[in-house]
Amino acid sequence: MSILIDKTARVLVQGITGRQGGFHAKLMMEYGTDVVGGVTPGKGGEWFEGKPVFDTMRLAVEATNADVSLVTVPARFAADAIMEAADAGVKLVICLTEHIPVADMMTVVAFCKRRGARLIGPNCPGVMTPGQAKVGIIPAMVATAGNVGVVSKSGTLTYEVGFAMKNAGIGISTIVGIGGDPVVGTTFVDVLEMFENDPETEKVALLGEIGGSAEIAAADYIKNAMTKPVAAFIAGRSAPPGKRMGHAGAIVDGGEGSAEEKILALEAAGARVAANPEEIPGLLA
Amino acid sequence: MKLHEYQSKFLFAEYGIPIPQGKVATTAEEAYAIAKALGGLVVVKAQVHVGGRGKAGGVQVARDADDARRHAQRILGMDIKGLKVERVLVDPGADIQQEIYLAITNDRGAGKPLVMASMEGGMDIEALNRDRPDAIVREHIEPIMGLQDYQMTYIASAMGLPRAHWRSFGKILGGLYQCYSESDAELAEINPLVITGAGDLLAVDGKVIIDDNALFRQPTLTAQRDTSGEPESERRAREAGITYIKLDGQIGCMVNGAGLAMTTMDMTKLYGDADGIGPANFLDIGGGASPEQVAAALRIILSDDNVKCVLFNIFGGITRCDEVAHGILTAYNEVKPVVPMVIRLQGTNAVEGGKIIDEARIPNITSADTLTEAAQLAVAAVKEGA
Repeated sequence: MSILIDKTARVLVQGITGRQGGFHAKLMMEYGTDVVGGVTPGKGGEWFEGKPVFDTMRLAVEATNADVSLVTVPARFAADAIMEAADAGVKLVICLTEHIPVADMMTVVAFCKRRGARLIGPNCPGVMTPGQAKVGIIPAMVATAGNVGVVSKSGTLTYEVGFAMKNAGIGISTIVGIGGDPVVGTTFVDVLEMFENDPETEKVALLGEIGGSAEIAAADYIKNAMTKPVAAFIAGRSAPPGKRMGHAGAIVDGGEGSAEEKILALEAAGARVAANPEEIPGLLA
Repeated sequence: MKLHEYQSKFLFAEYGIPIPQGKVATTAEEAYAIAKALGGLVVVKAQVHVGGRGKAGGVQVARDADDARRHAQRILGMDIKGLKVERVLVDPGADIQQEIYLAITNDRGAGKPLVMASMEGGMDIEALNRDRPDAIVREHIEPIMGLQDYQMTYIASAMGLPRAHWRSFGKILGGLYQCYSESDAELAEINPLVITGAGDLLAVDGKVIIDDNALFRQPTLTAQRDTSGEPESERRAREAGITYIKLDGQIGCMVNGAGLAMTTMDMTKLYGDADGIGPANFLDIGGGASPEQVAAALRIILSDDNVKCVLFNIFGGITRCDEVAHGILTAYNEVKPVVPMVIRLQGTNAVEGGKIIDEARIPNITSADTLTEAAQLAVAAVKEGA
C-alpha cells in the first residue's frame, strides 16, 4: 500500500491560479490525484480545469471536504497559507515553497502540532504514491508501484534514485520529500516510523545530506526500532565546512552535520550506505 | 548574512544592551582621533568575517592614542585568512572581572530558539561545548510564547550568576531575545559579556547572523551587507540568481537541484581524489535551464582558471532533456569554451537529448549515460589535459 496519501486523498491546491500551482495541479490530475479545488484569495468563484476556486481555506474545506492541501504560494505568503490550512482542519499540509524564513517556520511547526495537522516540507518536492496519487512536483516517470519506501531531503536526487530503481525493476510504495530547510514539519524519523508500520513497505531508501542532525536521529531510530532494511546515501562528502550548499539547511556548522559523521552513524545502525547513488538499487535488491 | 562585530554591537545597543562606547575607523588617523577622544587604554580590533582574529594578530591593546595609530596602521590592510581588513573598531579597554557567554540561536532539531549561557565565556564556545558541555546552560523558547521571565531567572540561577547581577542580566537577555527575533537572526551572540570591576555588565564582543531568507523584510540590516569577502564569481552568480560556490578542484559542475549538485561534486571526488582531482564548484542551475541561464552559468564556471573540464548533470523531470540539450548547444556556441565538456542527461527524453548532443559533433563534448560514467570521463579528461 502506501503512507500519507493514496487514491482516496482529496486535495486542495493553495495558489492554484498561479503559474506553478496551476501547472502542477494539472499534472497531478493527469496522474489520477483527486484534486477537488483550489484557493486563491480574491479569486473565489472562478474555476480551474473544472474545479472550484475559493477565497479561503475554510470555505474550501467546508465545500469539498478535502483532507490534504498543497501550498504553492510565494515565500512571503507561504507560512500564513500553511497555518490557514491547519486551522481549516486539513490533516496533511504539503508545502513546496522555498525561502521561507526559519523564524516563521518555527511558529508554523508549533501551530500545526497544536492543530493536529501533519506538515511535510517546506522546500520539498512533495509526496507520491506510485500508481495512485501524487501531491507536489515529483515527475510521474520516476517511479513504479512496489514495496520500497523512499524518504529524502532533496528533489532531483530523489528522481535520480527513483529512476535508477525503476530501471532496475524495483518499485516504490511511497516517496516522501521532507525538504532541505533547517526546520521542517516532518523528519526522517517520523517517515521511517510510518514505513516501519506500513505492511506494504518491505525496505526503505533514505537520501540525506550534510547539515543538522536529522540523519543521526534517523540512525538512532533504525538501530533501536526498525526491523526493515534501510539503504542510504548522504550527499555532500566533498562540501567544505561553513558554506551553504544550495539548500538552506545544507551547511556543516561548527564541525556538526558532516557527511562522515552521518555515514558512520547510519552504518553503525546497520543501514547499508552507498558511496554512489547509482549503487542504491543494488543495495535494495 | 553575517554582521561585523561593530554592526552587531551597535544593533544590541538599540535594544538597551550596554556596549563599550567605541567607534569604527578606516584609517590610522581616524583610529588615533577616536582613541584620543576616548582617552586611556583602548583595544583596536580588525573587522572581518572570519574567526580567529586575535590569534592572527588582528586584535591589539593600545596604551594611548599614538599606540592606537601604530596598531591601526599595521592591522588595516592586513590579510586574515584571505580577507583584507578594511575597518577597525576602536573600543575603550574594559576592566574585566568575569567573562560570560550568552547567545540565542535556532535549534534545528527542536524547531525552537535556544538560549545558551555559561560563566565560562570568552573562549571558543565549540571547544567548551565539546570539552565541558555541562558548563553551558541550555533553555528552549516556545516559538508561540516567546521568552518568559521565569526562564531568565532559571538561566541566571542555573549558570551560577551572582544574585547581584540578575536584574541587569535579565534586561540584557530580554533585549537580546527581542533583537534576535525582530532581526530574524539565526544567531545573536555576546561573547564575552563582561562583569566589570565596577560590577556592571558589558557586551564586549558580539556576533549576529541574519537569515538570508528574511532579508526581504530587513531593509536596514540588508543595507549593512559587506560583500568584500565574497569571491567576484559568487557575487556575479548571486546577481544572476544562480547558486554558485567556488571550490578548489578542476571539474566545473553544472547541475539542476541542490542535492544532485552536491552528489555530482561527490562523484568527481570519489573517482578523482586519488589523483588530486575534485569539484571546482557547487552550482545549481534550478528548474527549466533555459539557454540564457546555461550560458550565464557556463561563463561563471569558466571564470575560474582552475577549471579543466565542465561536467553537466541534468535530471529532466518536468523539464525535457531535448530542450536542455538545445539550451546547452546554444550556450556553447555563445561562450565557445575550449575545455572538454562531459554531458549527462537523464530522465524525460534523455535519449533524444543525447542524440542532439552527439549529432552536433563538437570535438570537445562527450556524452555519458550514467552519473558514474560521467564523473569518470570528467576525471579522465582532467588527467589527460594535465
